[in-house]
Amino acid sequence: MTDFSQSLALIAAEELLTVVGLVLLLCAAWMGDKASRMISIVAVAALVACAFIAAPALCGGLMGPERVAFMGQYTADAFAAFAKLLIYASGIASLIVAPRFFGQVGAMRAEYPILILFAVLGMNMMVSATDFLTLYIGLELNSLAAYVLASFLRNDERSAEAGLKYFVLGALASGIILFGMSLTYGFTGSTNFTAVALAMDGTLATGALFGLIFVLAGLAFKISAVPFHMWTPDVYEGAPTPVTTFFATAPKVAALALTMRVALGAFGTQVDAWQQIVIFVSLASIVVGALGAIGQSNIKRLLAYSSINNVGFLLIGLAAATQEGASAMLVYLAIYVAMSVAGFVVVLMLRDAEGRPVEVIADMAGLSRTRPALAWALAAVMFSLAGIPPLFGFWGKFVVFQAAVNADLIALAAIGIAASVIGAFYYLKVVKIVFFDEPANVVAESGESGVDALAHKVMLLIACLFISPLGYLLTPWLGELADKAAAALYFVG
Amino acid sequence: MVDLSQYLPILMFLGVAVALSALFVFLPMGVSRLTGTHNPDAEKNSEYECGFPAFEDPRSQFDVRFYLVAILFIIFDLEAAFLFPWAVSLDLTGWPGWITMMVFLGELVVGFAYAWKKGALEWE
Repeated sequence: MTDFSQSLALIAAEELLTVVGLVLLLCAAWMGDKASRMISIVAVAALVACAFIAAPALCGGLMGPERVAFMGQYTADAFAAFAKLLIYASGIASLIVAPRFFGQVGAMRAEYPILILFAVLGMNMMVSATDFLTLYIGLELNSLAAYVLASFLRNDERSAEAGLKYFVLGALASGIILFGMSLTYGFTGSTNFTAVALAMDGTLATGALFGLIFVLAGLAFKISAVPFHMWTPDVYEGAPTPVTTFFATAPKVAALALTMRVALGAFGTQVDAWQQIVIFVSLASIVVGALGAIGQSNIKRLLAYSSINNVGFLLIGLAAATQEGASAMLVYLAIYVAMSVAGFVVVLMLRDAEGRPVEVIADMAGLSRTRPALAWALAAVMFSLAGIPPLFGFWGKFVVFQAAVNADLIALAAIGIAASVIGAFYYLKVVKIVFFDEPANVVAESGESGVDALAHKVMLLIACLFISPLGYLLTPWLGELADKAAAALYFVG
Repeated sequence: MVDLSQYLPILMFLGVAVALSALFVFLPMGVSRLTGTHNPDAEKNSEYECGFPAFEDPRSQFDVRFYLVAILFIIFDLEAAFLFPWAVSLDLTGWPGWITMMVFLGELVVGFAYAWKKGALEWE
């Protein structure tokens, strides 16, 4: 156990984010929107600094009592560090793509980077939480910033609608989690994950079971798993694309890491109770994600269903309820973040002659002839999302299925593999439209040069190299880090 | 006899899932029928709530300043609500408790300064 000053040292990254966020907030008030570029740069620098704080904890595989802060409420272990690094990467990506997108509609405001920073701060708390109260505060801090971000284009009707929808359903999910937490607390006498796990050992009281179910249902909302997925396509479509990039990556990572900690930590002694729930949610997400995407004509809606589909595959790793499964999930998450960032950067680069964003899939017809590089990048993303070797997306699915098979969930793995074939249909449909249809000539040649356009290209290049077959060179390294993180998750003090 | 009791979690989960999903769909429909908006007439349409006509041209703007003031009030009202338990338990929490509350107040001041500078406190 650590004392107060040691606890404060363990949350250095969170303190940095808070102080930088508050100082930037004052800068935003006094210097106005013209300072938004400076504020974005400072925000990116703060996230990079936080990554340098998190990296040693992950590489050193830190775990155990000396990483537990504030009497068990907070854990800065290797598992949290792995998730945090992914969250920082997503945050940086969505900060870099923002100025160009918002600049075109004249809506780049100084508050955007600050809201991203506060959302990242909330997600930091989510992945480090080992107490239901820390969990809830982190979740709310993240969600409140996210509601505002979703409606950031406040004069745009769809953006406002996305924000309102996200707020109403998100608040409902928070309520459901809170109700589950109160039941769990009532039946176990503690909000601490370790103490809850101890109290739940043995026969499970019906009330505690209800608590478990409500907490999992609320978390399923946050990771947009079926049957609580209905908000995802609308919010992803309506929110400004940089914000959608953020939603598809960072909060997914945070909520899934949180779900892992809750399921394997707090409810770790009652695996039988939640395993069948997770199996059901996982299969339902895979199937609904695959079938729902088929009829979509908007690329952002398609990517939303794709993310539902991917969450299903991720949950297969959780259903295994083993250390190997947790490690496989983390590997998949890292690849998923790269695929999502690449996919949305491609969407951000698609613009028509007037500079308006192109989101209708039919308008991308024949892109391979007008913008070949972009078309190949999109093809790489689609093949990788479909899990077709030799692209890196295959590796994520492979490790997850392997974990499921090793945990004797052969039927689950078999159904998952079969359903991924259904999913491949709509990914390949996009590739077909882009490569083999007659050019629609809607997407214009990007004549612009400058830092922002260059940043898009560099980010797309990095993400595409990661998901390309070259990514397999990283597998030993990625696997080792994920193993360290999963070991920290399974550490029993 | 097959022991079905081990499937209780999934049954309850499905029950909760179906009930909540059904609620979203049927509650607004049921409410609109029960409240009579399903069969509206001129008198019913002229509801008057929260100081504004409930049904009017969506283009007409209502004054957002009421809400701004209300929200700012709630924030500082809650701050006071937190201060009371903190004050009476300060002998138990000691210096860490004092410092934590000062940090909290400092953060609120930053938010207050932001709202002030942005003109949220000015009526005109």
